[in-house]
Amino acid sequence: MRLLSFRGGIHPPEKKELAKESKLIYIDPPETVYVFLSNHAGAPAKCLVKENDSVKTGQVIGEPGGFISAYLHSPVTGVVKKIDKIYHPIQGRPMETVVIERTSQDEWQYLEHPDWENLSKEQLLEVVKKAGIVGLGGAMFPTHIKLNPPANKKIDTFIVNAAECEPYLTVDYRLMLERYHDLILGIKIVMKILQVQKAYIGIESNKTDVFNQLKSALDSEEIELKLLKTKYPQGAEKQLIYAITGRKVPVGGLPMDVGVVVQNVQTVIAIKEAVVDRKPLIQRAITVSGEGVNKPVNLIARIGTKIEELLQHAGGLKEETERVILGGPMTGIAINRVDIPIMKGTSGITALLKEKEYTQKACIRCTKCVVVCPMDLQPYLLYLLANKRKYDEAVEEGLLSCIECGSCAYVCPSKIDHVRAIKLAKKVYQALRGGKK
Amino acid sequence: MKLVVKDAPHLRSDDSVRKIMIDVLIALAPAIAGAALFFGWYALFLCIFGAVVAELIEWFIVRVLRNQKEFKPDFSAAVTGALLAMNLPPTAPWWLLLIGLLVAIGVAKHAFGGIGQNIFNPALVGRVFLLISFPTLMTKWINPMMNFSRSPWDVMTSATPLGVLKQQGFSRAIDTFSYTDLFMGNIGGCIGETSALLLIIGFIYLLYKGRVSPIIPLSYIGTVFLFSGLFYFVNAQRFGTPLYHVLSGGLFLGALFMATDMVTSPMTLKGQAVFGVGCGLVTMIIRYFAGYPEGVSLAILLMNSVTPLIDRVFKPKVFGEVKT
Repeated sequence: MRLLSFRGGIHPPEKKELAKESKLIYIDPPETVYVFLSNHAGAPAKCLVKENDSVKTGQVIGEPGGFISAYLHSPVTGVVKKIDKIYHPIQGRPMETVVIERTSQDEWQYLEHPDWENLSKEQLLEVVKKAGIVGLGGAMFPTHIKLNPPANKKIDTFIVNAAECEPYLTVDYRLMLERYHDLILGIKIVMKILQVQKAYIGIESNKTDVFNQLKSALDSEEIELKLLKTKYPQGAEKQLIYAITGRKVPVGGLPMDVGVVVQNVQTVIAIKEAVVDRKPLIQRAITVSGEGVNKPVNLIARIGTKIEELLQHAGGLKEETERVILGGPMTGIAINRVDIPIMKGTSGITALLKEKEYTQKACIRCTKCVVVCPMDLQPYLLYLLANKRKYDEAVEEGLLSCIECGSCAYVCPSKIDHVRAIKLAKKVYQALRGGKK
Repeated sequence: MKLVVKDAPHLRSDDSVRKIMIDVLIALAPAIAGAALFFGWYALFLCIFGAVVAELIEWFIVRVLRNQKEFKPDFSAAVTGALLAMNLPPTAPWWLLLIGLLVAIGVAKHAFGGIGQNIFNPALVGRVFLLISFPTLMTKWINPMMNFSRSPWDVMTSATPLGVLKQQGFSRAIDTFSYTDLFMGNIGGCIGETSALLLIIGFIYLLYKGRVSPIIPLSYIGTVFLFSGLFYFVNAQRFGTPLYHVLSGGLFLGALFMATDMVTSPMTLKGQAVFGVGCGLVTMIIRYFAGYPEGVSLAILLMNSVTPLIDRVFKPKVFGEVKT
């Protein structure tokens, strides 16, 4: 079969073999969980509990604090100890956090709604919203908004992002291997919400076992499997849509502009759990891997579990570990402390050993960054303009189209930090623009 | 244990400028070995001398003049030095090469700010400087002698294929130099430019390693072929055949290794194609109508100067950009 793909991209070491064979393990809920009110993209949730309140597992503790926001549920059964401020790795500063001490085994408070077959599109959307589901691939964008595009955007295709192109990460792989029935049911639910007749599952060619298993399990013509070339960033939304449908999301546009909605594997399974099992989103599968941990594993952990506890389940960090990263190594965020809790969007923890030392040198215009850029940008030029603070010119050169995949910095023989400069330039530009177009 | 915070991506390829330059040196090796065979030990000596002294000059500039604490050679100067040596006649005295190196590394490269900053290909600037300043020494050619131990100075001087063409016409030229001789390198000319075959072997290595795109050589050589094909029909005796033009006058050395210099050539594929076509046109105009019989060096230098302009005009279309 011809492998689908996009122009550009890179082939970093996959490193999936480290955690690939480790089955998903449910770990015991921790004694204390720390739940950020900002556990999703957009406005932080409004806190609905106060100190010494008793909460059940799955009980609502936060409601949306704006249009782009999400519900929040207690991951354990226990007592709210306090509302604290804890360092938030994405926001980069301390943020409001609900600290809950576990007092007993799980006593669930389930979602309440009739069987899903009898629910309308609107009712299903409400369930997804009430379950607090956000994009679990890492973006954490509230799913009920993504599944409900404006009426003038006609959606005809649903794509499940099963590329998992980040090195080291294997959660989606394990989930597809162990829980493919949930995935297929989830897809059917999403198709009902979107009212589309066509769904694709895009899988990279390095996961053929999953591909074959899913193929024999699929009972519907409407869901189609697509084998993708193993290439980074195959799982980037726009590149994935292009590989599967041949449609290009316009500059500054969203997938819905070309009639497509994309969801990550785990998000689809979370939707199934909410709709069918009536469980809100209080836990997630997560890969703890990298050369820096003693025993790479795939775990299912409660939201708000501290990273150090997850690391214990992976045999602890090795002494030579130099970097701990939230997410995968290409786009993840490095942290210098392990006492922060995981969020809904934390798909992995990657511990890396000491890197080979390098110093940044001058650009020799080797054109590699231009060749690999999946967005057809000129990273060397954006880097140059950003450093000269010519932000307007950088925007003209497509600064805002950059998806920050890091391919340019990966291949650069001069070890230039394009992504860092581009991220900064974007922030400065948006601040200077002051929200105006 | 101390955790380090850095920006993504946290993985980097193990590629480096030094690795690129070592690959280029490896790619130049066949042509240099061929030169040793054709023109004797002195040609080989000049190439090694050029590479080593270029690095020494760069070391001096970085450590002494720029006062930087450390100097880690990335071998880009060695590439420049070897290329400059390959662009000299086999009889060039060593001090001529030294002067050329001082101009190439000192003026063309470091006066502009060092690696990555120079507008013009340093080796070519060195060569053109020598060509203008020492015209006699720079045009003292010998025939290949196939004798490694012989010195080049006690050999009869000869002419280059393009020189014969310019002065005596095509029928005389093709009598003196057969196409096979031109392709294999059994002709008079600069140290490293004569053998198209060996240069192509080196270039294939670079292609295999993914170091270059073939766009510039293809468009450059293609343009020379088409342009001279046109003039072949105008006056075959005066202008010569396309194949003769393609195989002579250092076109392969220029198109494969000088025009493709990363720093001084355009960044996009479209731009590179335009660059190659430009090089081809200017080369042929010089060969036909200007005083010099050969035009490769000057053509590439001229196109180097418009590289920033080409980069400005020929940009890739951003993914998802709507045609306007």
